[in-house]
Amino acid sequence: MSDVVVARSLDEARGALAEHPDATVLAGGTDLMVEINRGLRRPSHVVGVAQVPELRDWSIADDQVIVGGGVTYTEMMTTPLADAAPALAQAARTVGSPPIRNAGTLGGNLGTASPAGDTLPVLAALNAQIVVVGPDGERRMALDEFVVGVKRTSLRPGELIVRAEMDRPTGRQEFLKIGPRNAMVISMAGLALVADHDARAVRCALGAVAAGIPRARDAEAWVSERIDWDNGAGVDDSVADEFGQRVAAASSPIDDHRSTAAYRRHAIAVLATRALKRAFAQGDPSDA
Amino acid sequence: MPDPYSLRVNGVDCEVADSDIAESLLFVLRERLGLTGTKNACTEGECSSCAVLIDGVLTCSCLVLSATAAGQEITTVEGLGDGRDGLSAVQEAFVAEGAVQCGFCTPGLIVAVHDLLEANADPSDGDVREALSGNLCRCTGYGRILAAVNTAAEAKRSQP
Amino acid sequence: MTSEAANTAAGGSTATGTGADTIVDVGTRGVGADVGRPDGVPKVQGRFAFSSDLWADDFLWGHTLRSPHASALIRGVDIGPAVAMAGVYAVLLADDVPGCPTYGLEHGDQPALADGQVRYVGEPVALVAADHPDIARRAAEAIVVDYEVTEPLTDAEAAPTAAPIHPDGNVFREITIRHGDLDVTGEVTVEGVYEVGMQDQAFMGPESGMALPDEDGSVELFVSTQWLHVDREQIAACLGIDEEKVRLTLAGVGGAFGAREDLSLQVHLCLLALHTGKPVKMVYSRDESFLGHVHRHPAKMWYRHHADRTGRLVKVEARIVLDGGAYASTSSAVIANASCFAAGPYKVPAAHITGLAARTNNPPCGAMRGFGAVQTCFGHESQMDKLAAALNMDPVELRLLNAIGPGDRLVTGQLITGTFPTAEVIRQCAYAPEAEIPLSDDRRDLPGGSGRTTDAADTVRGTGFAVGFKNLMFSEGYDDYSSAACRVSDGVATITCACAEVGQGFVTLAQQIARTELGVDEVILAPAQTATIGSAGSSSASRQTWMSGGAVQAACREVRAQILADVAAEWGVSPDGLVLRDGLVVSLDGQQEALLAQVTAGAGYEADVEYHHAPTEALDENGQGNAHVSFACAAHRATVDVDPDLGLVRVRDITTAQDVGRILNPTQAVGQIEGGIAQGLGLALMEEIVLDDGLVRNASFTDYVIPTTLDMPDVTIAAFVEEPEPGAPYGAKGIGEPPTISSSAAIAAAVRAATGQDLPRIPIRPADIALG
Repeated sequence: MSDVVVARSLDEARGALAEHPDATVLAGGTDLMVEINRGLRRPSHVVGVAQVPELRDWSIADDQVIVGGGVTYTEMMTTPLADAAPALAQAARTVGSPPIRNAGTLGGNLGTASPAGDTLPVLAALNAQIVVVGPDGERRMALDEFVVGVKRTSLRPGELIVRAEMDRPTGRQEFLKIGPRNAMVISMAGLALVADHDARAVRCALGAVAAGIPRARDAEAWVSERIDWDNGAGVDDSVADEFGQRVAAASSPIDDHRSTAAYRRHAIAVLATRALKRAFAQGDPSDA
Repeated sequence: MPDPYSLRVNGVDCEVADSDIAESLLFVLRERLGLTGTKNACTEGECSSCAVLIDGVLTCSCLVLSATAAGQEITTVEGLGDGRDGLSAVQEAFVAEGAVQCGFCTPGLIVAVHDLLEANADPSDGDVREALSGNLCRCTGYGRILAAVNTAAEAKRSQP
Repeated sequence: MTSEAANTAAGGSTATGTGADTIVDVGTRGVGADVGRPDGVPKVQGRFAFSSDLWADDFLWGHTLRSPHASALIRGVDIGPAVAMAGVYAVLLADDVPGCPTYGLEHGDQPALADGQVRYVGEPVALVAADHPDIARRAAEAIVVDYEVTEPLTDAEAAPTAAPIHPDGNVFREITIRHGDLDVTGEVTVEGVYEVGMQDQAFMGPESGMALPDEDGSVELFVSTQWLHVDREQIAACLGIDEEKVRLTLAGVGGAFGAREDLSLQVHLCLLALHTGKPVKMVYSRDESFLGHVHRHPAKMWYRHHADRTGRLVKVEARIVLDGGAYASTSSAVIANASCFAAGPYKVPAAHITGLAARTNNPPCGAMRGFGAVQTCFGHESQMDKLAAALNMDPVELRLLNAIGPGDRLVTGQLITGTFPTAEVIRQCAYAPEAEIPLSDDRRDLPGGSGRTTDAADTVRGTGFAVGFKNLMFSEGYDDYSSAACRVSDGVATITCACAEVGQGFVTLAQQIARTELGVDEVILAPAQTATIGSAGSSSASRQTWMSGGAVQAACREVRAQILADVAAEWGVSPDGLVLRDGLVVSLDGQQEALLAQVTAGAGYEADVEYHHAPTEALDENGQGNAHVSFACAAHRATVDVDPDLGLVRVRDITTAQDVGRILNPTQAVGQIEGGIAQGLGLALMEEIVLDDGLVRNASFTDYVIPTTLDMPDVTIAAFVEEPEPGAPYGAKGIGEPPTISSSAAIAAAVRAATGQDLPRIPIRPADIALG
């Protein structure tokens, strides 16, 4: 095998990885190349997967959206995928800059497994199953089984992220993210919230405020009982506020150079309150 | 080291031999092919001064492993001139509106604005700002750049 | 490579004249006209050669090994593993510096390479040259440095009494200004403590250059810098060779803003080139750039303002502490500026101001746009708003009541003899019609931007105002002259000046001046280099329009006099009756004319001049004296939407008026103002080098964020206040710095107005608002 293989099919990618299980899988390059450029990583073998057609597939069913690992942020922001998974599109739009969104992929966001990975809270809130393929065939797992720590995944040598299969609930979806300026930011705190009217459940997951991507399950359960699912009326301010506090309790943020734990916990509460209100607001969702 | 490979840049096939596996497209363009118009300001995708088009897609060349770009059509700032005096409408507008100061961000902006106006001939102020939000400029405060984008868009729309 | 690099690097020299023998109307391309940059076309085409674009046969890549510690002793260095690597040509340490081991702009206290001790994170320890940049980097990583880490000194206020961390001690300068009757007190006093974080210049083009050795032991250096000749002086001293043996040429500069006033890689490149006998190129990575140049001084400031009940200032007391970091750089001049301008552009009959610039183990700080005035402007303008509130007075009226002007004295006792239209600048800005800025539904216009955090209903709006000023040119007796040469031959003018074009547009101005003075259209700019012309001084302190502009003007005028004298003699008339216009020598009576191209055919009229500003004095022990040449002021009004719950801010408008003397190029002036405001916005809201016990936590464009197109609003220029400055060429003042001085303060004031919070620190972080 050459040092650099640009795979043109999933089989080709699997074959190259079987030959060199330690090879570095390169998708959009938006994380990996930063490390390579800084000399922090010096791969001996690279398998490029950006041109594997199977990974660039996506599909939309009534109750499910399947997004290939090679689908870019720009594609996630584009109709009809954006209409089928609005929070994913909202999250994608906050990633980096337009050229970054043209290159970066869902699989790359998963593989990097940063707590600040913007699509990850969306995947968690949409009950996504992450499908990987390796020498031993296919494995599927929930996001919290896939992301096991800060930039740590349960991916085994030779395995490749193929796709994410996520719910397509009937209610609204919201993604909100705080950064130090109005565009092109690493998340200081992020949150995805979806309203699943069929399941009569609110689901909410958090980014950049814990080692992983926590779901605020207690808060979800608490608020799901307080939503007037039948009439679709808005949410009481007091409920939204308490929901915010309960969601914040699911965070375990730290102080770092980007922000403080205290601010992050506070911000998550505000974001959760706003996301809930938007998800159950009367009329058309505002989504400028 | 990767096998020798060929990059197609601005319509010309360029052989790349003896390169290190870790070389970015930005590095190869600048240091091996002598195309220094593409700029090296951050090498982490945060400034877009290295923006090029790869198969027509706006891309930060610093984040492309060079060997993986073999077989794709790469367009750099050097390949964008046309029109009068070899300047595109975008380039002309940048000169005319005073959008250039130190000029280090300029090539990336030229490529990005070409890409924007290809996709959207009449972008709103918000569209322009969002499309260029990844192109950091430290000299201009963006005012003359935004003026140049408007001028270029008008010029392109008025072209037959 | 050499000549090509030199030509391109000097700005392309692509004057688009219509030919020397053509009669053209230069009226639209001279001083005051909206002339385009001569380097504009190559820059939009990607043909302009920046200092990182250089190439030579068989060149090597240099790399710098830097200290990971803020404070440590070096017990030993093993370069063996690096030397042994294939492709490595040189590994150099402090002992390999043949001349003076240290350099510095004002005090030579900074080692070219660390010798036995490191005093900040990023201090250069060793140099490598190799045939590939990655090999150079790997070799640097292979060098084993045995550090004994010591406790860093990171508190500037504690520095004067702490154990010295450098043989020159921990105090760069203490300054005291005592002005007027210090026993007076005001009927109303307000007090505050303010803080400014460490800002970075964050120019786009990283430090880079190429050195080419010569067999005679001399070296040629192509580099991006702000001041070629002072670089040469320091390089030659470190190399231990004569200055004539160090030849510098300006390579294309990707922005500067103060960060290129000190040396970075200049000595290192020359050392490696002379050691290996090969051309050596270095290009800092962005991370390295953040460690490789000085920053804006972080400041802590205590203020007490005294006023009478009508709002007239009676006395200002202030204590200013600047953290200078590990080495002196320009700290002693920055603290002088901060102190001299601490009271703002106001009539202050009494002042007691003390300033301290101290040495710590934080990164070295030095020049950045605004140079000390930025920090104290945030202090004095915060105080003026506080005073207005205490007096229940309109903040703009309070400022107008106290505005300084010609005939008044600064707190240094200096009488204002030039123009200083503070009140007019305030009026033009503050009373400009407020743009109608509807509260937007487009999230791109709202705080939080694309993060979708904020609805219009979550925001509050505020407007703030600030005015600031600073000196033009260097101060305290320094003679920062400039040199320029002009040659006219065959009707074409060639200007030689070592002024560093860093993006500001001096190249445009030099051509405009030559056209106006000589009536020519085609003006060639020779490369900026040390070998052909004397020093132009630094491209800093808003000084080049005046100083190098003045030098170019004087050189052109001298050539014009020579030409007119010859023609007058030939025509038998007085030279006073002749002018140069539109490529012609013309008699004012309209009787005679001749083509300048013919008059100067093969002739070569030339002049080489040094231009000096009026001399200044040192400050005395009470901080009194005529220390400054001239002053410029600007005012800013900011309108912001704030999401107080999340602490997010979107600036919606900045309106400004500026004291410019006279506008020489309107578009370039607008560009300076908009760009300067963007840097002020950055300091107000987002830009800060985050330190943790001397460690830099955010040395990247990922984490050191500067404004994007979605952060920067449209700028409304309410007025260029044009009052020509006596003694300045064409009456023009430098315009680069004032936009950065008060814009931060105005934005902070607007956020305060929106939230009702004190916010005594910039940058204002989300947590400061949301949890404040």
